[in-house]
Amino acid sequence: MREIMYREALREAIDEEMQRNSDVFIIGEGIAERGGSYKVTEGLLAKYGPRRVRDTPIAEAGMIGVGVGAAIAGARPIVEILYVDFAMLGMDMLVNQAAKFRLMTGGDGRVPFVMRTQGGAGGGVAAQHSQSLEALFYHIPGLKVVMPSAPADAKGLLKYALRQDDPVMFLEHKHLYMTKGPVPEGEHIVEFGKADIKRPGRDVTVIAWSNMVPRALEAAAALAEEGIEAEVVDPRTLVPLDTETILASVARTNRVVIVQEAVRRGGVASDIASIIQEEAFYELDAPIEIVAGLNIPIPFNLELEKASVPQKDDVIRAARRALHIQPMAIAAK
Amino acid sequence: MDEAVKRNAPSREFLEKIFRTAYKIRVFETEGIKLYRQGLIRGYFHPYLGQEGIATGVCAALREGDYIASTHRGHGHCIAWGADVKRMVAELLQKETGYCRGYGGSMHIADIGKGNLGANGIVGAGTPLGVGAALAAQIRGSDAVTVTFTTDGASNNGTFLESLNLAAIWNLNFILVIENNQYAVSTPIEEATRDTDLYKRGLSIGVESHQVDGNDPLAVYHLTREAVETCRAGKGPVLIEAKTFRHMGHHVNDPGKYMPEERLAFYKARDPIDRARAALVEMSGVDKADIDAIEAEIAAEFAEAVDFAKESREITAAEFRQFVAAY
Ligand SMILES: Cc1ncc(C[n+]2csc(CCOP(=O)(O)OP(=O)(O)O)c2C)c(N)n1
Ligand SMILES: [Mg+2]
Repeated sequence: MREIMYREALREAIDEEMQRNSDVFIIGEGIAERGGSYKVTEGLLAKYGPRRVRDTPIAEAGMIGVGVGAAIAGARPIVEILYVDFAMLGMDMLVNQAAKFRLMTGGDGRVPFVMRTQGGAGGGVAAQHSQSLEALFYHIPGLKVVMPSAPADAKGLLKYALRQDDPVMFLEHKHLYMTKGPVPEGEHIVEFGKADIKRPGRDVTVIAWSNMVPRALEAAAALAEEGIEAEVVDPRTLVPLDTETILASVARTNRVVIVQEAVRRGGVASDIASIIQEEAFYELDAPIEIVAGLNIPIPFNLELEKASVPQKDDVIRAARRALHIQPMAIAAK
Repeated sequence: MDEAVKRNAPSREFLEKIFRTAYKIRVFETEGIKLYRQGLIRGYFHPYLGQEGIATGVCAALREGDYIASTHRGHGHCIAWGADVKRMVAELLQKETGYCRGYGGSMHIADIGKGNLGANGIVGAGTPLGVGAALAAQIRGSDAVTVTFTTDGASNNGTFLESLNLAAIWNLNFILVIENNQYAVSTPIEEATRDTDLYKRGLSIGVESHQVDGNDPLAVYHLTREAVETCRAGKGPVLIEAKTFRHMGHHVNDPGKYMPEERLAFYKARDPIDRARAALVEMSGVDKADIDAIEAEIAAEFAEAVDFAKESREITAAEFRQFVAAY
């Protein structure tokens, strides 16, 4: 299969869906002529024209709200927000409007709205441009939370997002845009709520999403050299969460490490851990390990930035702990 | 009544429609407050009493296929938009036959299929949502117009400028109607802004903007009709500031003692229902017996709606579980 970049896969999804459905349109800062800060929307203006591909002023609350309103009226907007950090300006529209509308209207009102944005640390862009904020959206009933780690998933999930009827927080990662992977041409749909096993293994389940998936895969490769076979499970969508696949993996390995880039406190990892202990307590041979960001804003200094979010070695150490392997025993081996 | 309105010589049919709508809102609110006091309605109930002229005049200038978005004080907008009073009362009584099946209540009545994007419990939220509906219409190549009813309070919220500005740069068919009732709960407008002429805010970003006596339903109608024409000619958006005053406190349980008596008396003397009735009588020769008959008919319609709501059932636990399973 041909390999393309994550950002190209996203573009392909938008392009195909705009082609397929004239109700799909996209607005955002610098997305039209310039093609977006991450080049996801390059070429769309030329192809679909200024009606359906529009630049906005710097007005995040307004543009998110306008997107939600358009969705309520039956169109299928994609609102691109440069950084998830800036989505905070539009929280009322996401939390109080988009998320609530279906229930408040007794089911008649639907909000087929997609907010595409990106988060994560590692760019040297400091505390206001580096957050992983999925837990905020995860907490709000009514929002779907999608965090693709691979180009093929990015395409399939975005295409699915543009065909379903609920508000979607489509959270990309700034480090993934240039990563390459095999992506099917044409129709390729990944439904929400279907986890993907990125690497099978019998010894320990490592649950990770977004940019933590490549990191978990690196850790798994290193662990394999020690004779430890880690199974890397990528939920792909946090809401809805594929607990079935997660629990089935836990039943096979009996040991769990959950890796999230976001700060530990109040995070999605803690919630997944609570679901596992509730549903599969007797399957567990060790306490669930959580590897997460420190409970701090992200610092600018490169070394401090690295120290603030999980690294490969943190995942390796957590897997060993889950397997009750002492660091000394490894050293002696 | 201004001369232009008289010259336009509105038909009896039209004047009767205006009066019926305004009066229906008056009855809904007056009788609804009674139901509230009987304990049949829970939560917030923000009466539209005194402001009926605005929803009445605005909606009369719209047509099928257009959209409206409303506020927390939204009953009047629904009624003027042609809502079924039965389903409105049923919603307030949290019944399955209500517009939102009892899931929304007073602050969330919507009728998406008919273009009513809904009341809103968040002050100011209807403005971006309405601009969004106008954007959707433009993208679909439709000439539908969207009206957002908003408030003096919401005019100080950031999304007011953000979304009106988006409507302006994109030339959307959007009309923002500010119901300036001069209070946000107990805070008078003079304390909330330095320049109390709110229409000027539109001018500052290049939006055609007007001020109108919100207690004059026909004046509101004529101005809105012009605004609709401006929009359909591709020259939108338009801002309308309609000045008005509440007849009572902010919600049913607010005595509104802070509202100065003279100002209240001034506006009560310019009651929109009286003016709609007077217009009907003066311009079309309808007599008192006809008026009495119309009023009795509307009162009976409301009484029927109350019976309908009382007899309706509530959502069952099983239906509830099924509905929310997707969350
Ligand atoms: C964002 C937000 N802030 C505060 C409130 C609480 N609140 C409800 S109505 C209201 C006053 C609104 O005044 P105004 O906007 O002028 O509308 P009016 O009640 O006069 O129609 C307030 C403060 C709210 N519902 N939403
Ligand atoms: Mg007010």
